[in-house]
Amino acid sequence: MRVDVTNPLWRFRGIRATTWVFFAYLYLPILVLIALSFNENRLATIWSGFSTQWYGVVLDNDDIVRAAGNSLIVASVSTLAATLAATLAALGMAKGRFRGADGISGLIALPLVVPEIVTAVATLLFFILIGFKLGLLTVIVAHTVFCIPFAYLPIRARLEGMDKALGEAAADLYANDWQAFQRVTLPLLWPGILSGGMLAFIISLDDFVITYFVAGAGATTLPVYIFGMIRIGITPEVNAISSLMLIVSILFVTLSFLIGRMRR
Amino acid sequence: MTGSATSKRFLQIAPALAIIGFFMLAPLGLMAYVSILEKGLNGGVVWDLHTSEAYVNFIFERDLDDSLILNTDYLQIFARSFGLSLLTAALALAIGFPTALYMSMQPEGRRNLLIFLVTIPFWTNLLVRNYAWILLLRNGGLVENLLHWLGIAADQPLGLLYTPYAVSIGLTYSYLPFMVLPIYASLEKLDSRLIEAAFDLGADRRRALLRVILPLAAPGIAAGCVLVFVPALGAYVTPELLGGGKSMMIGNLIQSQFGAARNWPFGAALAFALLTIVLLAMMVYLIRFRRAPAGGH
Repeated sequence: MRVDVTNPLWRFRGIRATTWVFFAYLYLPILVLIALSFNENRLATIWSGFSTQWYGVVLDNDDIVRAAGNSLIVASVSTLAATLAATLAALGMAKGRFRGADGISGLIALPLVVPEIVTAVATLLFFILIGFKLGLLTVIVAHTVFCIPFAYLPIRARLEGMDKALGEAAADLYANDWQAFQRVTLPLLWPGILSGGMLAFIISLDDFVITYFVAGAGATTLPVYIFGMIRIGITPEVNAISSLMLIVSILFVTLSFLIGRMRR
Repeated sequence: MTGSATSKRFLQIAPALAIIGFFMLAPLGLMAYVSILEKGLNGGVVWDLHTSEAYVNFIFERDLDDSLILNTDYLQIFARSFGLSLLTAALALAIGFPTALYMSMQPEGRRNLLIFLVTIPFWTNLLVRNYAWILLLRNGGLVENLLHWLGIAADQPLGLLYTPYAVSIGLTYSYLPFMVLPIYASLEKLDSRLIEAAFDLGADRRRALLRVILPLAAPGIAAGCVLVFVPALGAYVTPELLGGGKSMMIGNLIQSQFGAARNWPFGAALAFALLTIVLLAMMVYLIRFRRAPAGGH
C-alpha cells in the first residue's frame, strides 16, 4: 500500500503502539529464556550472576548428546529424502497445467492442513497395526512426510519465477533434456532447493508431537528429551538446551532466508 | 505433450505422492477404521468386531448394567477447546490487525524486515517457546513481579500458571504470526487510492477503516482466523505445559487414550472428529472466500 505521509488522515491512532506490543509479545519470552540460560544460579529464575556453566553441563550430558545425535540423523535423512521427492515433484508440476493438478497440489499440502496430533495418532496406529517396529526408522519416515511440503513450496516458487525461454534456448543449442537440466535448470533452481531443504531440516529438528508418538525406545530426539526434562521441573539445564535449540533454529532460518533471496 | 513426456512427468511426481499417500493418507483411513472397532482388553483393537461405541463414548458412559448414562466430561473438553480457540483467534486479531496495517504502511525495505521478524518464531521450537512462558508465568516469575511492581495485583503469589488464562496466552503467542501474515498480504496489495478517495469524499479515519479497509481486507482476516483457530483447536503442547489438569483440550484427551487410558478406538474417534471439524472449517473458508478460479487468488 502506498501511503501519502503528508496526509494526517493516514495516521491511524494506536497501530504503532500495537505493533510494539506485538513484537514485544513475540520476542520477550525468547529473550528472557536466553538471558536466564546465562544465569549462574541453580534456581532458574533468580539472577545471581553471568555464567556459561550450564551450557557446559548440558554438553557433558551423554543422554542429551545422544538425543541430539538422533535428532541430527533424523533431520538429515528425512530432509534428503523429502527434498529429493519435492524437487522432482516441483519439476513435474511446473511443466504446464493438467487435469488433476489441483488434487495433487492439495495432497502435497495435506501434511500442513491436518493437525499434528491427528497425524501423530494415525501414523502411530499405522506402524503398530502393520507390525512395523517403532524406532529411529519410523521417526524418519514420519518426518519425511511432513517435510515434503516445506521443501516443495520454495522450490516451486523458484521454478515459477524462472524464465522458460532459458530451457528452450538450451534445446535450440542441441542440449538434450538431461544436459539442459544439469547445465541450465539446476544451477538456477539450486537456491530454491537449498532454501527448501533448510526449512525442511529445521522443521524436522524442531518437531515434537509426531516424534513423541512414533519414537520407540532408543529413538528419543532432542525435543522429546527436553519435554521429559520440563516434566520433571524447571532447571538451568533446560534453559541452556532450550536456548541452544532456539539459537540454532534462528541462525538456520536467517541463512535460508538469505539464500532464498539470492539473485535470480 | 507427447506420451513419453507425460509419463516422465508422472514419474517425477510419483515419489512425493507415494510417500504422502502411503504414510499419511492410508494411516488417516486406517485411523477412521480403527475408530469403529472394539477396543482390546489391554489396549489395541479387536479386528473383526465393529461398533459405534467410541462415538457413543463422546456423550455417554456405560453403567454396570450396560445402560447409558449422560457423561458431559468430554463435551466439556470439546467446549473448552472451542472456547479457547475462539478466544485465541479474537486476541490474535485484536493485536494482529493493527500490526498488519502498520506494517503495510511502511516503506518497502522496512516491510520486508518486519515480515522476516514475524516469521522467525514460526521456525523455532514450539515446545521451547511455550516453556519460556512457564518461566514468565509461574509464581515468582517475571509477569508476577511486573504486576506487583506496577501495583496492579496484590503482593502475593497469583497462580497464573496452570490456568485457562495461561493456555490462551500461550496459544495466542504460538499462532499470532499466522494472523498477521495473511492480513498483511491483503492490505499490502490494497489500492491506497480507494482510501484516498474515501478521505476526499469526507470520510474520517474510522469510517475509512470500517467502510473501505476492513471490507477489502476481509479475505485476509478470514484466512488469518482459520489459520489461528485450526492449530489452536488441535493444540497439544501448550495446554500440556501451561494448562494443568483443569485446562485439558482435545489434543491432550486424544494423547491420553494412547497413554494411560489405553482406548485406541476412542482416541481414533476423537482424532477423526477433530480432523472433520478442521476440514469443515477449511471448506467453509474456501467456499466463502476463494471463489476465484482454482490456483488463482
